[in-house]
Amino acid sequence: MDDLIAEFLTETAESLEVVDAELVRFEANPSERKTLDNIFRLVHTVKGTCGFLGLSRLEAVAHAGETLLGRFRDGKLEVNADAVTLVLHSIDRIKVILAGLEGAGIEPEGDDHDLIAQLEAMAEGQAVDLTAVQAVEVPNRPIGSEIEPAELNLPTTAPATAAPNLKTGDVDPATGRVLRPGEVSEADLEAAFAAASGPEDEPKHLKAGDVDPATGRVLRPGEVSEAELEAAFAAAEAEIDISAPAPVAEAPKPAPAPAPASAPVTKKEAEPLPASMGGEDLTSLNNTQSIRVSVDVLEGLMTLVSEMVLTRNQLLQISRTREDSAFATPLQRLSTLTGELQDSVMKTRMQPIGAAWKKLPRLVRDLSHELHKKIDLVMEGEGTELDRQVLELIRDPLTHMVRNSADHGLETTEERIALGKPAMGTIKLAAFHEGGYIVIRISDNGKGLNTGRIREKLVEKGLATRLELDTMSDQQVHRYIFAPGFSTAAKVTNLSGRGVGMDVVRTNIEQIGGQIDLVSVPGQGTTFTIKIPLTLAIVSALIVGAGGQKFAVPQTSVMELVRTGVTAEHKIERINESLVLRLREKLLPLVQLGPTLQLEGAKTEDPTFVMVIQVGERRYGLVVNDVLDTEEIVVKPLATVLRDVDVFSGATILGDGSVVLILDPNAMSERAGNMLEEKQAEEGEETADITNDSRCAMLLFKAGSGAPKAVELAHITRLEHVEVVQIERMDGRAALQYRGKLMPILNVGDFSTIKDEGIQPLLVFTGEGYAMGLAVDEIVDVVEDRLQIELSADRPGVRGTAVVAGRACEILDVDYYHLRGLAEHQRTPGSSGAASINERAVA
Amino acid sequence: MSLRDYVTLRVGGQLFGVDAARVHDVFHPRGLTPVPLSRGEIAGVLNLRGRIVTAICARRRLGLPPRPEGSPEPLAVGLEVHGDSYGLVIDSVDEVLKLDDEKFHAPPGNLPPRWAEIIVGVYQLEKELLIVLEPQTLLDAAHLKAA
Repeated sequence: MDDLIAEFLTETAESLEVVDAELVRFEANPSERKTLDNIFRLVHTVKGTCGFLGLSRLEAVAHAGETLLGRFRDGKLEVNADAVTLVLHSIDRIKVILAGLEGAGIEPEGDDHDLIAQLEAMAEGQAVDLTAVQAVEVPNRPIGSEIEPAELNLPTTAPATAAPNLKTGDVDPATGRVLRPGEVSEADLEAAFAAASGPEDEPKHLKAGDVDPATGRVLRPGEVSEAELEAAFAAAEAEIDISAPAPVAEAPKPAPAPAPASAPVTKKEAEPLPASMGGEDLTSLNNTQSIRVSVDVLEGLMTLVSEMVLTRNQLLQISRTREDSAFATPLQRLSTLTGELQDSVMKTRMQPIGAAWKKLPRLVRDLSHELHKKIDLVMEGEGTELDRQVLELIRDPLTHMVRNSADHGLETTEERIALGKPAMGTIKLAAFHEGGYIVIRISDNGKGLNTGRIREKLVEKGLATRLELDTMSDQQVHRYIFAPGFSTAAKVTNLSGRGVGMDVVRTNIEQIGGQIDLVSVPGQGTTFTIKIPLTLAIVSALIVGAGGQKFAVPQTSVMELVRTGVTAEHKIERINESLVLRLREKLLPLVQLGPTLQLEGAKTEDPTFVMVIQVGERRYGLVVNDVLDTEEIVVKPLATVLRDVDVFSGATILGDGSVVLILDPNAMSERAGNMLEEKQAEEGEETADITNDSRCAMLLFKAGSGAPKAVELAHITRLEHVEVVQIERMDGRAALQYRGKLMPILNVGDFSTIKDEGIQPLLVFTGEGYAMGLAVDEIVDVVEDRLQIELSADRPGVRGTAVVAGRACEILDVDYYHLRGLAEHQRTPGSSGAASINERAVA
Repeated sequence: MSLRDYVTLRVGGQLFGVDAARVHDVFHPRGLTPVPLSRGEIAGVLNLRGRIVTAICARRRLGLPPRPEGSPEPLAVGLEVHGDSYGLVIDSVDEVLKLDDEKFHAPPGNLPPRWAEIIVGVYQLEKELLIVLEPQTLLDAAHLKAA
């Protein structure tokens, strides 16, 4: 494809996305001049450039659209819904033609007279018939097939600087002539514009001028602009010559105009131009410099860096087992640099989530018209960044959910008024970062889920029995909307209920390691919360052992870890052939990893850990022989021949160089099949059950910054106060000689909580044959209270936040520290260099 | 006369050849991680200089008996198909031969189907026949399934 056309396509695609959003905003607020100017200018660019490239079909549509927009700008026409619809139609048409152009390199065949006729009719102020315009299906364009960080800003800044000049200079309220203000600003806009976007745009200015029937009256301002243009271009390259003849052609007309009259204006306006001349200068002034880089290059970089991280991990592993420390320092440095490099490369892949939302204002607008509901779309946190790969994958689910909210969530305007609610329904999208995740909330202030209907439907569809339903809370019932084969829409509308239900949304989100949940309040609305990892390239995983082999389990799906075995508190029991675990008075169905994978070595193993795994509304326990470590892993896809083994979602290379397979908890549960038919309870169960246990003794302590922390006293074996000098340190790890054994001392959270001097309070936890100490700042109190976790936490090591003795405390996740303690233990001398234990690969 | 380089290798005593341009490297398949529930031909995955390589056992792919006890450590030929890295595990690698295209013959019609689809042709060397393998069909998922 012609380079020029390729460049044109990328630029226009960006422009058009902006137009969509701008038009909707414009319809809402027609008095906002700047918005209209933006839209006009964008359409104008399209028109101008395609004229230059000989794309006649595009040009015709863009021209008709521009003429109509010109009328709005001049204030000759009122902006109404029909007009906006019509303009949106033309934008759609342009998109279709562009898509054809992108595919074939030439404009697709087609007739646009239907559209152009209506556009012209409206521009003339005649009645329009929207039905005469054929609606077209706009093909989806992937987000950011090329990343354009700053360039988008350029067009918006250009007119912003140009417009004020006009207003002060030419658009005099005193002008009786209606045409003039519009013309003037157009000419000037073009000037600013030409300066901003380079030589190819040149011819269109001339065209715009030519087409105008009123040139006679515009002479003066027109001339000024041309002069400016000339001045601006004189400094530019020789290419501009192409455009030279055209201004000259027009020149005879302006020439007789009185020079003195125009001279001061020229001066006035010439000033801002040199500064912004040549586009690039403007960019460098207003934005940090940016270049276009193809996504392939970035992907390549990312792969290289991932490899580097792996190699670094291997090096660190080797150096740990060696005494000679000559390598230690440079290796440490290399390690830090690799980490920084990785961060930087990750950043280049980050895009604001707003890129996935761009189409939503338009969608909501269309829905609002079709459904006759007044809908306000509020977006917050558009700037929140996430990996573009993730962005691409959540775009469709998000669109679907917004559509659902508009269609099913919100009441009609009449219903709302009857209910005493504001007539305008609101759909709110919010995004923010939390830990290594991005949280997206989609909420509406509509009627909320119809719990009764869902219950009926569940029975009807055989998804649950009445008996089961009786024991379920509303929240549990609501979650069934994510179940496959469930769709509540009473009637199938054009918009939603096409058989693609929330289960597809859930599947899509889970595929990228995300979670989705909802809260619905009758009469007040529904809020969906989606939590997805910032990047798919690196995930944190638990390395587990089964059948003599190691596997990685993504940590996002692991809710908790339960130690089992003959002596442990939790024992595995059998119902016929099925294994279950009694956990807080509920029965957790179990899947044995080794036997499910048909591993030979699994037959002789004793299960020692149960990983409680949550997949959608299902919860099950995965029985493993060993939990070895947590590690940040770089996910690599499996070769095509292995894709049919659905229980593995990929593979990774550990620090010791070995390859481990990454388990897909979802596929695991499906493979385990009917054992999981008993529907599992919701997560609220956890808190509820503990609450039922009435009161328990809690130890309050302080460690690091943030809220005071609490832990159930039952988990702690002993409290110790030791002299700090007694704590021994070995390459960054701390340990204490305790009862004749070496006990690792762990920090609470990520930062060191071990004191520099004085007395160090320790919480001592013991497991089977090992002990570990947790360094805290201060032990505050022991209280007896109900433990009700009210806020869930995302940081490892914290179960959530609860009010203990009137204070909000973070509840310590004891299992997490047990795991870390265990890992430390196997690492200590005796099993040194054991390949099974790996440092956290990427901090 | 146009010459072509072939890496020649042995599986179960039979001489095979793979277009040398397709062979990335030859290595010992060590540190294999078996892939549970996968097809029998798949020996496992391994880390080859930071790349994850899927090892395919040539004997099992060709329907030959497993390697006898005490045979020397097997080798693997690194091949790339559809962007995935594979290692074809074989008994030994012989040498690189320059062969004339004119001496290339289409495979005979009486081969078992498992062999027919992965063989592109045969060279008649002085002492024996050299069977030319096509990595694409040898390692391709669809063909593996059909096998």
